[in-house]
Formats: sequence, C-alpha cells, structure tokens
Amino acid sequence: MTRRYSALSLFREGLAGQTGWKQAWRSPEPKPSYDAIVIGGGGHGLATAYYLAKNHGIARVAVLEKGWIGGGNTGRNTTVVRSNYYYPESVELYGLAHRLYEGLSKDLNYNVMLSQRGMVNLCHSSAEMEVGARTVNAMQINGIDAELFSPDDVRRVAPIYNFAPDARFPVFGGIWQGRAGTARHDAVAWGYARAASRLGVDIIQNCEITDFIVEGGRCRGVQTTRGMIRADRIGMAVAGHSSVLAAKAGFRLPINSYALQACVSEPVKPILDTVVLSPGTGVYVSQSDKGEIVIGGGLDRIPSYAQRGNLPTLETVIAGLLEMFPIFGQLKLMRQWAGIVDVVPDSSPIIGESPLPGLFLNCGWGTGGFKAIPAGGTLLAQLLATGKHNDISRPFDLDRFATGRLIDEAAGSGIAH
Amino acid sequence: MQLFPCPFCGPRDETEFHYGGEAGNVRPDGTDVPIDRWANYLYMRGNPKGTTREIWVHMNCSEFFVMERDTVTHKVLSSTALSGEHAA
Ligand SMILES: Cc1cc2nc3c(=O)[nH]c(=O)nc-3n(C[C@H](O)[C@H](O)[C@H](O)COP(=O)(O)OP(=O)(O)OC[C@H]3O[C@@H](n4cnc5c(N)ncnc54)[C@H](O)[C@@H]3O)c2cc1C
Ligand SMILES: [Zn+2]
Repeated sequence: MTRRYSALSLFREGLAGQTGWKQAWRSPEPKPSYDAIVIGGGGHGLATAYYLAKNHGIARVAVLEKGWIGGGNTGRNTTVVRSNYYYPESVELYGLAHRLYEGLSKDLNYNVMLSQRGMVNLCHSSAEMEVGARTVNAMQINGIDAELFSPDDVRRVAPIYNFAPDARFPVFGGIWQGRAGTARHDAVAWGYARAASRLGVDIIQNCEITDFIVEGGRCRGVQTTRGMIRADRIGMAVAGHSSVLAAKAGFRLPINSYALQACVSEPVKPILDTVVLSPGTGVYVSQSDKGEIVIGGGLDRIPSYAQRGNLPTLETVIAGLLEMFPIFGQLKLMRQWAGIVDVVPDSSPIIGESPLPGLFLNCGWGTGGFKAIPAGGTLLAQLLATGKHNDISRPFDLDRFATGRLIDEAAGSGIAH
Repeated sequence: MQLFPCPFCGPRDETEFHYGGEAGNVRPDGTDVPIDRWANYLYMRGNPKGTTREIWVHMNCSEFFVMERDTVTHKVLSSTALSGEHAA
C-alpha cells in the first residue's frame, strides 16, 4: 500500500537513508474487463480515473497508456497555469481547473509545486491596450482576478524587460492575473497516478490501443498490444493522437495535429519571478524552480506527428525572446523538444460523447490543456459515470461544429494558434 | 531547415510555403446541403499520421499545388501543380 507523505515520513526516511520508499503506484496486469477504461495516461486521463473513483465511486477502472505516463504533452509543456480567458464558457471551464489546482497538492497528498507567481500579457501599442482593457473587464465581470497594468506596473514585476526607448516592442501596459503561475508538470501526472492507484485504479503502461470493439453499434472495449480489454464506457484523452484513434473508431474530428516546441536555458540565479507573455513576439517565458529559463512560443507551421519541432520556428522564438530580454543573449540553451498538440478551429477543447456511442472524448486542448487538467478530468469522469454532460462541459460538445456555436478563444488563449 | 519542391520554382526554403489544408476537401454545392455535410467540409479532417495529400501555396510565386508528404518523417513524396484532379 502506498504511504502517505508527511513531514514525519520525510524525517524518518532521512534517518533511514531514503531506503523505505515504496512504489508510488501499482503496475498490475490488465484484467479482461473493467467498469470504465481511460485511454491515455497523460494528465487528463489520469485525472479522469482519479475523479471516477473519488467523485463517483467507480474504481474498477483502467488507464491504458501506450508509452509511459506523462510521456506525452503533460511532461512536455511549459507548465503555465492560468484562467485569463474571455468567453463565459471558457471562464467556467478554466476557472474550475484553476480552483482545483489551488487545492490539488492537499487533495492528492502530493506536492504539485503550484507557484502562483502571477502572469502578465504585454500590450505593445495603444490599440493593444484597449483590447487589454476589454479583456480585463470581461475577466472581472466573470469573477476572475485581473488587473490592467501600466508600464510602471510591468517594470515592477519584470524589470529586466527591454524598456529602452528604441525597443522594437515597447510596453504600453499589460493584462495581469496574480493567481496565475506554474506547476510541476510531472508531479501533476505522478500525483494523480498515485492517488488513483490508491483508490484501486489500474494504471497500465506500455499498452497501446490498436482498435475498438464495436457490438450492436456501441463501443464495448478495446484491442491492445496486451490483449483485449472490455468495458461499456470508454474515455479517450490522447491529445495529439485523437484523429488516429478516431479513424479506428470510424469517425473524423475537427483537429489538425501540429508540433509545439519549447526549450530551456542553463540554470541561472533567480532573475524573473513572474510569467511574461508577449503577443508581439509570440513568446512567453518564466524561470523554473531549478533556475532554467523556460521558453515557449507559437505552433510549428506544418501539420506534423514528428515529435521534435523544426528550426525556423525555434529561430523565431529565440529572436523574439531576445527582443524582450536582451540580457538572455548570454544564456546557453540546454534542451529543445516538441509535443504533438491537437488544434481545433475555435481553439477550445472537445468534451463529450463521440459519434460511436459509449466512447467519450476529451481532446482538442491544443497548446493550453495543462492548466485544464483537473477540470478535464472532472468533466470526463462525470460523462463516463452518468453518460450526461455537466453544465460546464455541455458547450464543449462535438455538436458545436454542426450547430455553429463555436467558442472562439484564439485571442483569449494567449499564444497564436 | 527543410527544402520543399514548388512544381514551378523547384526546391525552396520551407519558410516560403504556406499550408492550405487537406487535398480533396470539396466545397458542397447547391442550396439544400445538409448541416452535417457543411460541418464536414468546414471542420472535419482526416489528419492522418503518415502519408497525406495537402494543398500548399508557394508564397513567392503565389501558385497553389498538391504535395504528398509523410507527417511523421516529413519526407516529401510528390509535388504536382493543382488541377481538377485534387477534387477526387
Ligand atoms: C511545448 C508545449 C508547451 C505547452 N505549454 C503549456 C502551458 O504552459 N500551459 C498549458 O496549460 N498547456 C500547455 N501545453 C499543452 C498541454 O501540455 C496539453 O494540452 C496537455 O498536456 C494535454 O494533456 P493530455 O493528458 O490530454 O495529453 P498527453 O499528456 O499528451 O497524454 C496523452 C497520452 O495518450 C497516449 N496515447 C496516444 N495514443 C495512444 C494509444 N493508441 N493507446 C494508448 N495511449 C495512447 C500518449 O502516449 C500520451 O501519454 C503545452 C504543450 C506543449 C507541447
Ligand atoms: Zn513557386
């Protein structure tokens, strides 16, 4: 049985030379059938399994992951957590996630290292300032914390920004969310895995779904590289690979897969204690707890499943970064990588039943689903448990592409995509 | 940096090209097109992992063309001028 983490357990292990720690989650053999199956061991899949057990008492659940848990986008993102969205539907969704994040370390008994260091979206012209004021108003009306920053406010939180008179991207102000920040991405996956496993969920890695079992027009299970596994309710949270699985289930999705890159510098002393995003340069940046400068930017230009990213986009990102922070010109880059993200025309996720009854979707988070993990998990769990939408997930159903009720968050979601 | 073959200009830097969507996605015709057919045309995509046929534009010469490409290896398999055949 997994052990509860506490100051006392840390102290004891210190005395015992750290030799008594147990596996954080069990690795059982797959059973022939479950009450529910979740495909994809990223943050959304693991959270779904956890909330199925915790909120709905359904613990005969398997999470099936083709590689290792958190090896997809959940372990590849730039860890920004925020809820500075524009439309009420998005505010409900990301607001729920943000509130759950604030209690997550305690709920999971696992430190996800949420650090609410604040985030500023810069405005580089008076026109952008007007849009900024509109966004701040919308956020405040929707009950989300937001402040309109003056250039001096920006200077206070990010003094190393390029405020020179000849700067190519001068600062006119910004949109500030003080509760925004970062969380340790691996810890979110591992924390949910450990908590779900404690509640009886089977987490099965190296288990790829290769096909669906369809009987009487309903999804009744999956074929995997570790045999056939049956369940009458199946949820799928496979991010950039949603179209691949949808094709096996016989339908198409409004998704294009693209690579999204990030990179980190060598670690340096604390120099930037907030998250800064510039729509002008298309770059956002923060400093990790280890001291690395974590750099993210826009999508790659070419539909792709190649999990590596391409050079022109990286060059654009680095050029933009140096416009913002010339001081970073001395840094060495340590690592660059990419994840495959599922981009939807209105930049909002898809949550709901798929065209194949019994198979439910959680996908389309594109470049921004890390911050949404607790909400995505809660909502997919409710769909699997009850077959019905929560009021928060209803607007995100796949049917919006036929009814035309799109939730176009392209601007609110921050980075161009 | 990758080179893409424009059927008119030859191999050029990838940054000169713009992706224009999946080939063969034909706009529905007529006045009573069912909603699902519109949704399909406007939004639904095959988005294959592997070989795919796509419309691209070479921004320097403004010509559209069909490129066959592998989305995993990024290898270009063919590149042909756009004609009625892409509608197939
Ligand atoms: C570089 C980068 C930066 C980002 N920055 C941010 C950020 O700062 N803030 C933010 O909120 N979001 C960010 N995102 C987006 C965020 O990471 C994703 O939206 C989120 O992690 C999606 O979680 P997921 O659980 O849906 O997917 P994933 O974590 O990708 O998990 C899906 C899992 O499904 C598995 N899978 C796929 N196919 C199969 C199959 N056939 N059988 C079994 N398993 C399968 C995969 O192996 C994978 O582990 C970023 C993404 C990238 C790539
Ligand atoms: Zn050309």
